Amino acid sequence: MIHQYKLAGHNIVMDIASGSIHEVDDATYDMIAIYGQSSKEEAVRELSGRYEGVSDEELAEIYDEIADLALEGKLFAEDTFAPMAGELKARTSGVVKALCLHVAHSCNLNCSYCFASQGRFHGERALMSFETGKRAIDFLVENSGTRQNLEVDFFGGEPLLNWEVVKQIVEYARSIEKEKGKNFRFTLTTNGMLIDDEVIEFSNREMHNVVLSLDGRKEVHDRFRKDYAGNGSWETIVPKFQKFVEARGGKNYYIRGTFTHANPDFLEDIKVMLDLGFTELSMEPVVCAPGDPMALTEEDRKIVCGQYEKLAELMLEREKEGRPFTFYHYMIDLEDGPCIYKRISGCGSGTEYMAVTPWGDLFPCHQFVGEDSFKLGDIWNGVTNTAVRSEFGDCNVYAREECRDCWARLYCAGGCAANAYHATGSVRGVYEDGCKLFRKRLECAIMLKVAESSEEE
Amino acid sequence: MEKKHIKTMNTRNLCESAKKGGCGECQTSCQSACKTSCGIANQKCEKSNK
Repeated sequence: MIHQYKLAGHNIVMDIASGSIHEVDDATYDMIAIYGQSSKEEAVRELSGRYEGVSDEELAEIYDEIADLALEGKLFAEDTFAPMAGELKARTSGVVKALCLHVAHSCNLNCSYCFASQGRFHGERALMSFETGKRAIDFLVENSGTRQNLEVDFFGGEPLLNWEVVKQIVEYARSIEKEKGKNFRFTLTTNGMLIDDEVIEFSNREMHNVVLSLDGRKEVHDRFRKDYAGNGSWETIVPKFQKFVEARGGKNYYIRGTFTHANPDFLEDIKVMLDLGFTELSMEPVVCAPGDPMALTEEDRKIVCGQYEKLAELMLEREKEGRPFTFYHYMIDLEDGPCIYKRISGCGSGTEYMAVTPWGDLFPCHQFVGEDSFKLGDIWNGVTNTAVRSEFGDCNVYAREECRDCWARLYCAGGCAANAYHATGSVRGVYEDGCKLFRKRLECAIMLKVAESSEEE
Repeated sequence: MEKKHIKTMNTRNLCESAKKGGCGECQTSCQSACKTSCGIANQKCEKSNK
């Protein structure tokens, strides 16, 4: 399967199974589209005279170049990966390497669009105890097999509401990682309200990554991200984030925003983030029930797709000006990216990745917390609901009928199980509205790589 | 054959990656920034010898 598209003056052809990406001229672009449907002579005749300065001899040469690439396995390569789909998960069955620790099911903001229902995940307010956190770390180490790199995300609600326990958990993990032969990578996801010098100092020493929630423009941010008295949080958090990021000295961080029906023109929010001095950015479409007033409409999605293109153009401009910035979804590593096993195995939720509630219960991921039927077990007794684990274990890109014909399947690995479940009632379903945006982002991300490569020449 | 009309980017050969891949050391997809939408293309391979 191939996918071809034109964007920002580039003619791009992706060969899906081999992972090859080509930039071509107009005649070649059209020749690839009709290649294999007729003989060489007929193909040349069909395109003859269409392109200024391109003779029939040259069209024949183009045909030969395409045939040559196909022989090299870089065009029209066959997808033979389906039999391998369950292999990685089968091989690593029972191995857990990442936990999302819900250290606080409580929040000091009352954001109406929160998928976690103001941090409570449809349940009671609660804070994780150190004993539970410590046991979660032991559970991860015990179940991580030969994996060295273990990821732990401090999540909520708002994790800074339980900061002392976060620090204790980190200190405990650090105290055992050497003897256990592990390398912990911690991430903190925070709304910023409680950031102070001590949080900054500790996080910059211990957190591999910090994710800072900011929606961009003040009026956009404050529309949803309010405290319980109804006051917007923008004024409070922005100076804290600026201080935090500056002190990080180049370590990983993301300013992470959400856009909704209220701001499909999210590029304006990205620009505000840039003006505030932030350069590592992530902006996500809201996840909410269909019909929710905040949900993106079909019309919004058209606007969003246009914004993604303009965002890519802005990135190229800023790169040329020596003021580059990163957009999370446009980061794509073509040369050292994931192997085919990873690309077909899915995200790992419910198998190698799990969420832990303040009470020590295990769920397939943070987005399933609060859905009791998905409870996997707990950190003391391990996974006892093997039916749910198998359901997630069998999730892969070939398990979804809709993905088989999708050109983006080896870049998304079948998409988000939680989004699929909420959209279709099945973790093996497909959240098509999300897929549309994903495909657009991928086209932009690859165009940026092609443009950078042209620029280098 | 030298290509005059097609410029091919350097990309990881996915078929080849099947031979040595699958160590599982790479980052979990949703663990870094998004938390609401899965993609794996931006993950880096952790294996030094690919």
